[in-house]
Amino acid sequence: MARDILSARQDFPILDIQVNERPLVYLDNAATTQKPQVVIDTLRDYYTRYNANIHRGNYAIAYEATEAYEKARAKVASYINAEHKHEIIFTRGTTESINLVAYSFGERFVGEGDEIIVTQLEHHSNYVPWKLLCERKKAKFQVVPFDENGDLDLEVYKSLLNEKTRVVAVNHVSNSLGTINPVKEIIQLAHDAGAVVLVDAAQAVQHIEHDVQALDADFYAFSGHKMYGPMGVGVLYGKEKWLDAMPPFLSGGEMISNVTPEKISFNVLPYKFEAGTPNVPGPIGLAAAIDYLQEFDEQELRAYEDTLLNYGIGKLKEIPGLTLYGNPKQRSSILPFNIEGIQHFDLGVLFDARGVAVRTGQHCTQPIMDALKVPGFVRASLALYSNRDDIDALVESIQRAIKMLKGAKKHG
Amino acid sequence: MDKRRAQLLEDFDLLENWEEKYDYLIELGFDLAEMPQVLKTEENLVKGCQSSVWFDIRCENGKINFDADSDSLIVKGIVAIVDYLYNGQSAEDVLKADLSIFEELGLWQHLSSQRGNGLMAMLAHLKKAATDCLSQ
Ligand SMILES: Cc1ncc(COP(=O)(O)O)c(C=O)c1O
Repeated sequence: MARDILSARQDFPILDIQVNERPLVYLDNAATTQKPQVVIDTLRDYYTRYNANIHRGNYAIAYEATEAYEKARAKVASYINAEHKHEIIFTRGTTESINLVAYSFGERFVGEGDEIIVTQLEHHSNYVPWKLLCERKKAKFQVVPFDENGDLDLEVYKSLLNEKTRVVAVNHVSNSLGTINPVKEIIQLAHDAGAVVLVDAAQAVQHIEHDVQALDADFYAFSGHKMYGPMGVGVLYGKEKWLDAMPPFLSGGEMISNVTPEKISFNVLPYKFEAGTPNVPGPIGLAAAIDYLQEFDEQELRAYEDTLLNYGIGKLKEIPGLTLYGNPKQRSSILPFNIEGIQHFDLGVLFDARGVAVRTGQHCTQPIMDALKVPGFVRASLALYSNRDDIDALVESIQRAIKMLKGAKKHG
Repeated sequence: MDKRRAQLLEDFDLLENWEEKYDYLIELGFDLAEMPQVLKTEENLVKGCQSSVWFDIRCENGKINFDADSDSLIVKGIVAIVDYLYNGQSAEDVLKADLSIFEELGLWQHLSSQRGNGLMAMLAHLKKAATDCLSQ
């Protein structure tokens, strides 16, 4: 039996703390999510009972650590429905996963005159590595714009695709606007043109569908820390045929099978891409987070998060002078806004005085800010433990802030 | 200057919580002399990633005078404190300026974790102007 979603809150000890003498209202979940007690306990258990280097020690705790690490790989593979467990590479996070592909796939498959397509909705992590690759290889960098609703312009996308396109890099959910992009269609079109697709799933894997085979994604990247897992662990999924054909990214221990002065041969997948001692407890903690997530019914969870998001949108729209950015066909868990005449930074600071944590600024998406012609905005973002009280507290802090900031204006 | 410092610390001490402190900062910002629009040039802009500060610094008879403004009301309050402490002071005194007052006011943690609020840049500009002023 799936658990009641409203009971999730009690599993997150940090949600009980006080900030500035008020209960913490955590609405910066797109930056990182909080961790349930089981994940915290899993890390603690690892360090107290079986910390050892993996794949090399022939003693009991090293066996245990290795087994837990490899079980975590299997868990991730099954969570995203990868065909093979060795298609899962553990990294530090989404950023490293994308860089791995941009360097390694780029090294082997991208040359002068080739083209790479990204979108204007990308986080800098899925934009800059491709731009730099294009500069290294003298390839052409193409950007798909979004329209006034925050949806990608698929007509432009189609017109940019051609036989020179090597890679399309796109996020499934935009971290700034919350747009759910039609990645399945984007992938299909790219494949028809002979290009591969990297899906940045950093904001998707914990909220919406996450089946790499159903999407037919060539690469799929995400971070553990944004899906209730520990900091410092991320995942790169790649289709076996691509990972096999790609040269290693980092080199050193673990990723080699034979080393002589004349010749180096590389280890098999996935170890070819996991040089050096990895973050062992990271994946183990991530597996605990996946187990935790799976205590809930996925459809129910999605419906809950959508209902809450719509509640938030409705409440924010009632506030005079508030602009909510984007109105995409489908949106996930993100509330981006500004208040007329008030600097977003000021809002963030005043919210904090009431214990409300949100993000203000450009959200590592300068191309989006440029397109919207705003210097930045406030972003509130939800997680499975978020509830109506959080939204109400946000609305109350907005009203307070307006009073303080506009009230001062009248004085002056 | 020390008297002004003490005054600020005393005022801040009376404020009960963060909301009141920010309210006070916002009020300070509103009391700051208005910066003439013509001085808000690209050249005088210290751009942070969250807020912008305009700074027009002049050296007049060995003293540092400046006009300043920010698009953020809270940062403007900070600017007002800098103004209160250092505007019209001798270049020698401005060179000795530091940001410890913000630490003593308990504002440091809040402001320094926000990259680009311009506070550090502001101080650097003031000191550079003071150095230039002394070498004239
Ligand atoms: C869509 C998207 N891509 C990539 C990243 C980068 O993730 P990380 O910093 O964990 O590498 C983020 C996180 O902010 C994100 O939201």
